[in-house]
Amino acid sequence: MKPSGFAYHRPSTVAEAVDVLAEVSPAGKVLAGGQSLVPMLNMRLAAPAHLVDVNRLTELAYVRVDDDGGRRTVVVGALARHTDVEHDAAAHAALPLLREALRTVAHPTIRNRGTTVGSIAHADPSGEMGAVLALLGGTVELRSARGTRTVAAAEFTTGPMETSAAPDELVTSVAFPVPEGRTGTAWTELARRNGDYAVCGVGVLVRLGDDHRVVAARAVYVSMGPVPTVLDLTEPVAGQDPRADDDGWAAAGRLAAWRLDPDDDIHATAGYRRQLAAVLTERALRTAARRATEVAV
Amino acid sequence: MTTSMLGEPIARREDPRLLTGQGRYLDDIGHRALAAAFVRSPHAHARIVDVDVTEALDVDGLVAIYTHDDLEGRVGEPLPLLIPHEALTHGRTPYALAKDEVNHVGEAVVMVVATDRYVAEDACERIRVRYDFLPPVVGIEAARDAALLVHDDVPGNVSAHLVQENGDARSAIDAAPNVLELDLAIERSASTPLEGRGVHARWDADDHSLRVYTSTQASTSVRAALAAKLGLPPDRVEVIAPDVGGGFGVKIMHPWPEEVLVPWAAIRLGREVKWTEDRREHFVSATHERGQLQHVRVGFDDEGRLLGLDVTVWHDNGAYTPYGIIVPIITTTQLLGPYKPGAYRAEFFSLYTNTVTVTPYRGAGRPQGCFAMERTMDAIAEHLGVDRTVVRERNFIQPDEMPFDHGLTFQDGRPLIYDSGDYPATLEKIKKLVGWDDFAAFRSEARAAGRRVGIGIGCYVEGTGVGPYEGGFVKVETDGTVVVATGLTTQGQGHQTVFAQVVAAELGVPIERVAVTTGDTRRFGYAVGTFASRAAVMSGNAIAIAARKVRDKALRVAGEALEADARDLEIVDGTVRVVGSPPGAPGTSIPLATVAVLANPLRYAFDREAERATQFGGPVDVSKPPVAEGDSPGLEETGYYSPPRSTFANGMHAAIVETDPDTAEISILRYCVVHDCGTLINPRIVEGQIHGGVAQGVGGALYERMVYDDAGQLLNASFMDFLMPYSTEVPVVETDHQQTPSPLNPLGIKGAGEAGVIPVSAVIASAVSDAEGFAVTRMPISPSDLHELRLRHSSEGGPAR
Ligand SMILES: Cc1cc2nc3c(=O)[nH]c(=O)nc-3n(C[C@H](O)[C@H](O)[C@H](O)COP(=O)(O)OP(=O)(O)OC[C@H]3O[C@@H](n4cnc5c(N)ncnc54)[C@H](O)[C@@H]3O)c2cc1C
Repeated sequence: MKPSGFAYHRPSTVAEAVDVLAEVSPAGKVLAGGQSLVPMLNMRLAAPAHLVDVNRLTELAYVRVDDDGGRRTVVVGALARHTDVEHDAAAHAALPLLREALRTVAHPTIRNRGTTVGSIAHADPSGEMGAVLALLGGTVELRSARGTRTVAAAEFTTGPMETSAAPDELVTSVAFPVPEGRTGTAWTELARRNGDYAVCGVGVLVRLGDDHRVVAARAVYVSMGPVPTVLDLTEPVAGQDPRADDDGWAAAGRLAAWRLDPDDDIHATAGYRRQLAAVLTERALRTAARRATEVAV
Repeated sequence: MTTSMLGEPIARREDPRLLTGQGRYLDDIGHRALAAAFVRSPHAHARIVDVDVTEALDVDGLVAIYTHDDLEGRVGEPLPLLIPHEALTHGRTPYALAKDEVNHVGEAVVMVVATDRYVAEDACERIRVRYDFLPPVVGIEAARDAALLVHDDVPGNVSAHLVQENGDARSAIDAAPNVLELDLAIERSASTPLEGRGVHARWDADDHSLRVYTSTQASTSVRAALAAKLGLPPDRVEVIAPDVGGGFGVKIMHPWPEEVLVPWAAIRLGREVKWTEDRREHFVSATHERGQLQHVRVGFDDEGRLLGLDVTVWHDNGAYTPYGIIVPIITTTQLLGPYKPGAYRAEFFSLYTNTVTVTPYRGAGRPQGCFAMERTMDAIAEHLGVDRTVVRERNFIQPDEMPFDHGLTFQDGRPLIYDSGDYPATLEKIKKLVGWDDFAAFRSEARAAGRRVGIGIGCYVEGTGVGPYEGGFVKVETDGTVVVATGLTTQGQGHQTVFAQVVAAELGVPIERVAVTTGDTRRFGYAVGTFASRAAVMSGNAIAIAARKVRDKALRVAGEALEADARDLEIVDGTVRVVGSPPGAPGTSIPLATVAVLANPLRYAFDREAERATQFGGPVDVSKPPVAEGDSPGLEETGYYSPPRSTFANGMHAAIVETDPDTAEISILRYCVVHDCGTLINPRIVEGQIHGGVAQGVGGALYERMVYDDAGQLLNASFMDFLMPYSTEVPVVETDHQQTPSPLNPLGIKGAGEAGVIPVSAVIASAVSDAEGFAVTRMPISPSDLHELRLRHSSEGGPAR
């Protein structure tokens, strides 16, 4: 469990970084927190000839809430650690789903090092942050010596551990749009051990109309398919009163379980995962709807 | 404070060193050593056709590549079968490097030595081994069906078949008013110490001697094995276990292929060589345990008393049997627990599979035996509609029936005779601790709130402190410090504390003056090893015996100096004094340090102690030699303890669990332990052992399994997928002690090392069954497993509680 040899680069600006990436492309790999990449190097599952360490790019160490005429976005730079995002007060006030989901990402020591952008770039179908980005319809900003482009989350993640980023591109930031109106969100998951990747995880967003009735419900799942799966669950819950004990929530859970197509693996059967999807979806929707009623618009 | 040391819950003396990073583990040794790495078989079963090293030869920093062809003499022969047994008719052991065939993924095929581990792995990657695939045998059913064979010359894949019987169990069952049958299964797990294996060897060509550091539980045996393999006089081989980061059984296996090859290469190359195992290697090339299928047939009367018990065990021994058949022997003998089984018949088949070899892991077959017996007790209770604790109590061996002879042969080849124990008292304590009688009320409350809870219990008896012997060396230095050595090794148990407590108590010295060395053949050459909960019993008593001898001699020498009768003397706080004399009264006391000087007649006075000693030097009797015939200089003695047979500890655990009706998550709400290991040397250390054992038990009950696919690939060979519980998964353990001293040894102690792990799977299965209303028969159980079980039972129309 020792990596094979590689050339190590440690640029100190983004401009330098993309130059190095262009120079060594396609043999370069970005090293961020190393919490996923280093184990892969040690097990020789990856053997890049060049590592481009971005840990000196302090210009990317930020978490920001942008406001564009009332449309707010939480923008996370590539060097923001999971912990920075988790503990950012403004980000939490704008988008509490971030902290709620991050608390289920690994353990504090790993969050101190691992980056939110790195986790999205890594595109593990069990990764919470990629799923949150997909649920909210966020975007990814990529930079290379060739220029800058912005890609929608749905186009960024193309498969398990696969993205549309080119080998010479650096992800500089990701943007999580803050849902507008009377909306509530929730993240819930079940993992075998505290901090493990989820057996099934679900994030939901519920929007209420001015009459406090449900107008939209959407969910995203981790560990339930090759990429984060976003489902529209509005139909069974439309018009429902969040405070009433309607059975629309359970119906939405059943609908989700029916629409998902998870695999068996060594930790759980597909059938059990579906059962969890049904139960966790129902629980998360109830929570999110209740939270939506508390939003001041 | 010195003489009442025994039984004190003092803090572990080794912890400040270990917890501040001052420990010295195998990988901390030999920074300049060459590194070894191994090419291991990627296939579960294959014939080696060809090894091509050409591409590796130009790797910069490569020193040597070895295959089986390079191994001379006994190094090229199969590794030893450590514990032969007449029932082990088809024992097989591997070669240090595979010769023609590989029998599990991970078996070492090629050894590479290079300037460092990075380079060694680069070279490994470039070595091409061509294999002819053979179909693998994976899983106990496949081994039992024997449609395919692991070893061509082992019919039915059966390495060993053993039947032990006391009375005519089958007839007794046939005649019984009630008969039940159970099919049970336990999956594989492993010791998984945080520190893997590792070996460092240094050959001194001038001195013609070999020094080996190895992360082992048996340094003296490794020395004997290496001397034999390498053709060296044992006297020229030193083996030292440095700080060892956990063993739990896997490191009692020896000599490992790497343990032979690293010293062999060090001699051959004339350079220091080191191998530090990585985690993946540990999963696929160390050893596992636990995997068994069991069939139980039991006959009992209407009160639930056992009339006959007939158990068949199919034990998965993996690819080889280097450690013999200790594990299934223990399962089938220790299964009996605290009960009188009526007539008993136990039969086991030890079966080869193309998977990692099986050797003892903490508990060593007992958890499986306990699972069989305790599931049976619960089944009887369910059948008769009697409380589970009542059925158990009716079957207990009573205190006045001790010593109790089961009429069987234990793992040490000696009769299975329980020495002492008060099982009804232990049961009383555990019921009180967990609140057994109040549980029904708690359950109703929980049910009303839509919650599902259950309670479970499990009892065990554990044969501990197996022989043949251990020794202890105790010496009082002339500065008053006491050095103690014993040959068995330490993997974190707290031996620096408990052995020092024994010496402080026996000798009357402050514990701060006592320093203990373990597992170093330079310091003590005769030993067996640390396993089977034997260190405290064996070395504890041996050290006590040695300390008593030192004390006797100290009193004799001091008596001469003080002109007092030795019988009137005592040792308090490191000073010998006349009993009852006022402190400081002249001529009534003498420091132990001075006695140590007096015990060694010197020609040269070179320090203050020696000068001080001269004032006690009375008139010299020139007609006698300075050291009397039969006496020896110094204040040092060696003692040995060799027990007639094992001493049997016991305990009972109870747990309350909650199962989520929707997600099938299983949470342990309370976990209670009552434990009887005889006289306690240090209750805090015993509790630590129990906590660690329960943690591993929880792993085995709810999380850990070795997932092999049909091709014999271990799918979860990492800590990401092998779910060892974190501290967050381990419940708070509530403990109470019962102390029934052993009549077999001077200190009255019994072993405590493995106890915590033994009944956990049985207890959790009992509690989950109680919560769910159907019997759990396979462990471990995950939420996914429980979900599937619920579906099966509801489709069968069973009631849910
Ligand atoms: C024990 C453990 C448990 C974990 N549990 C979870 C969990 O429950 N949920 C979860 O989501 N994650 C979990 N993780 C993973 C953790 O979140 C990682 O930190 C994260 O997936 C990767 O972030 P990183 O900064 O460490 O990236 P690295 O490991 O440095 O890189 C990962 C990959 O992303 C690429 N990359 C990184 N940054 C960029 C960039 N700016 N531009 C382009 N490519 C980039 C790298 O080239 C590499 O391919 C766990 C990790 C561990 C060790």
